[in-house]
Amino acid sequence: MLRVTLATVLLGTVALAWPAQANDELMELMEDDNLWVIQTGDYANTRYSTLDQINRDNVGDLRVDWTFSTGVLRGHEGGPLVLGDVMYVHTPFPNIVYALDLNDNGRIIWKYEPVQDPEVIPVMCCDTVNRGLAYADDTIFLHQADTTLVALDAETGEEKWKVVNGDPKKGETNTATVIPIRDKVLVGISGGEFGANCHVTAYDIESGDQVWRAYSQGPDDAMLVDPEETTHLGKPIGENSSLDTWEGDQWQLGGGCTWGWFSYDPDLDLVYYGTGNPGTWNAAQRPGDNRWTMTIMARNPDTGMAKWLYQKTPHDEWDYDGVNENILVDLEIDGEMRKVLVNFDRNGFAYTLDRETGELLVAEKYDPIVNWASHVDMDPESDTYGRPVVVPEYSTAQAGEDVNVQGICPAALGTKDQQPAAFSPKTNLFYVPTNHVCMDYEPYRVAYTAGQPYVGATVSMYPPEGDDHMGNFIAWDAAKGEIVWSIPERFSVWSGALATAGDVVFYGTLEGYLKAIDSETGDELFSFKTPSGIIGNVTTYTHDGKQYIAVLSGVGGWAGIGLAAGLTDPTAGLGAVGGYSALSNYTALGGQLTVFSLPE
Amino acid sequence: MNFSLRFLHRTAALLLGAALLTGAAGELAAQEEGVTRGEDGKSYTEEGTPTYHVGEDGTVDWYIYQGFRRYHSECHVCHGPDGMGSTFAPALANSLKRLDYYEFMDIVVNGRGSGNSVMPSFGDNPNVMCYIDDIYIYLKARSDDAIPRGRPAKREDKPDAATEAEDACFGT
Ligand code: HEC
Repeated sequence: MLRVTLATVLLGTVALAWPAQANDELMELMEDDNLWVIQTGDYANTRYSTLDQINRDNVGDLRVDWTFSTGVLRGHEGGPLVLGDVMYVHTPFPNIVYALDLNDNGRIIWKYEPVQDPEVIPVMCCDTVNRGLAYADDTIFLHQADTTLVALDAETGEEKWKVVNGDPKKGETNTATVIPIRDKVLVGISGGEFGANCHVTAYDIESGDQVWRAYSQGPDDAMLVDPEETTHLGKPIGENSSLDTWEGDQWQLGGGCTWGWFSYDPDLDLVYYGTGNPGTWNAAQRPGDNRWTMTIMARNPDTGMAKWLYQKTPHDEWDYDGVNENILVDLEIDGEMRKVLVNFDRNGFAYTLDRETGELLVAEKYDPIVNWASHVDMDPESDTYGRPVVVPEYSTAQAGEDVNVQGICPAALGTKDQQPAAFSPKTNLFYVPTNHVCMDYEPYRVAYTAGQPYVGATVSMYPPEGDDHMGNFIAWDAAKGEIVWSIPERFSVWSGALATAGDVVFYGTLEGYLKAIDSETGDELFSFKTPSGIIGNVTTYTHDGKQYIAVLSGVGGWAGIGLAAGLTDPTAGLGAVGGYSALSNYTALGGQLTVFSLPE
Repeated sequence: MNFSLRFLHRTAALLLGAALLTGAAGELAAQEEGVTRGEDGKSYTEEGTPTYHVGEDGTVDWYIYQGFRRYHSECHVCHGPDGMGSTFAPALANSLKRLDYYEFMDIVVNGRGSGNSVMPSFGDNPNVMCYIDDIYIYLKARSDDAIPRGRPAKREDKPDAATEAEDACFGT
């Protein structure tokens, strides 16, 4: 069955090479839960699989089937792809790609290792992670650390084309995956801590030619917005909507980086993504709302033109990048079925929006410790509609330069970072890996030098007062905006979740445990300690009719940096050392794929 | 532009000094012995390299405090909080048990690395270079366990000389 599907695709592309057709095929492949063809599993980013051989009754019997060492000891984000008999595994810098033969215990069919200047490593800020590959049209797409986008023949690993999206000398790098839509591949860019002026760019899937580029800030034509047609909370954004919210040409160092996940609604023909923090963490140095950083964008994938925007954190003062995944589901809200987009933002609010219009439906805290804002103004008549109501005590801009603002929750890590949540249509719940960490934040004036960090704040992090755990794994009701249950975890949960029709939810922990829990109760059903901390996302697929669970281990990323040595307790007073667990006492560097299955 | 010229000038002078000093002094003296405080409130070893001063009640000098702040904005994203190391880069509180001032300066100005492990060069970055003594002083104090982890609770006021040096370095 499976082999036939893939063969048809390969034949189909060769014979037809018809973009619209190719897209239909990609959609079919996405719907086939025996496979895993793009990082997010499907365009909607639900990370849900209908596979149910592994279920709440037998998941406790899961055992390791085979393992694979990637040969790289750095933070391993993202996860493998599976197409028929072949699994594709990627690594952090140097961004090796392996094609593994599932019929032969993961024998290496081909290996691709790009040549990249190591000078890109130090401009990557916080580890050299890469969130993985995408498949379309018999092609594996790799977006390297140095911003080279390369199209590889899925069968042979040979380069079909490559194109350079940015300039690491200016601090432009990449950690994100890409999204293939019809005849284009859309890619983002990083560099928010280096004063980059970020964008999303579409390349032609056949040739690699650039089709359009939409900046996050700047003049209207560079941002691909229409002052009349593009809306913010139902109203046209008007002319110069971005330029008017920056002083002078500060937008040129504006950040608004696009290093998160993409989602796509084929019916509405809209692609969704978020933009990151504005340049320099010292908010006093860049007065204004700094639009359109920290914004959810809905764009037409053919032209790039924006339909609607929603800025979650105007004039960021805490580094709450707005890049987290936008999960597209249909939910009943106040008795009415709505096509919604759910976003668990770094800033600690979970937003539910109408994904057609960008109307704000729900905005609630998904960790009770969130304190920098009291709530989001939900009154459409209000002048501050849709804006967070900032608590002055925690405003680093109001405190001003060289003042240390204490006890801000969440920390710059966010209540959640890139680690994607999952959604189960069986329970109508979202399963969200979270951080439970607060911070002190002291902004100060910085000077810009091309290719050098442009940060401008001193940050120290610690667990919330009175708590000794730094993470939670929660179940969230997005219609009501309520936590249903919450599992405390010793460390931030930095691994992407997977929900299945077997009534099981999987996630990894920073100590290295792969855990399976009951999707209704949250009860732990299975746990296994892999060789290194898990910051990758859990994947499922079948081979020869049997279901497998796969996950990458390899501690690192922001979590590995912030938590390796443990956090201090600022309330314990002078001399208190390491009141909290150090991650380095639990795990060490690694780079391994572990594949689980049920015994025969 | 301005900045980097000015800085390179200063570095050259320091490195020259280093050659003379290491030649003459050999081993570094114990931290407390022979430490003098300059008029700028900065402490110096017998060899003339910067060091820290912590009062009996734990009050830290301005430079430790400034170093704490600058470390936690420019270095901790790779080296982890409090000089304690991370999954990405070494614990500098340990490194300074081994590296002297000049070796430290050399690595920060020029960078270092092999394979997939790269320390950037900060020689052109005023946000680092204008505070490099401060960062060294802070890390040296951490390395000698003269101060605990976390933000220093009590500190001395900012000396005028520190403000002047800062302005001169940034050219403001
Ligand atoms: C982008 C990440 C990054 C940043 C930012 C960074 N470093 Fe490093 N640093 C490294 C890495 C990685 C190494 C190890 C290099 C090697 O393997 O040789 C290192 C090594 C060093 C060493 C040598 C340590 C030893 O034990 O030999 C010193 C000293 C140092 N860094 C100082 C600093 C200072 C001071 C700052 C802030 C101004 C800083 N670094 C910022 C990544 C970084």
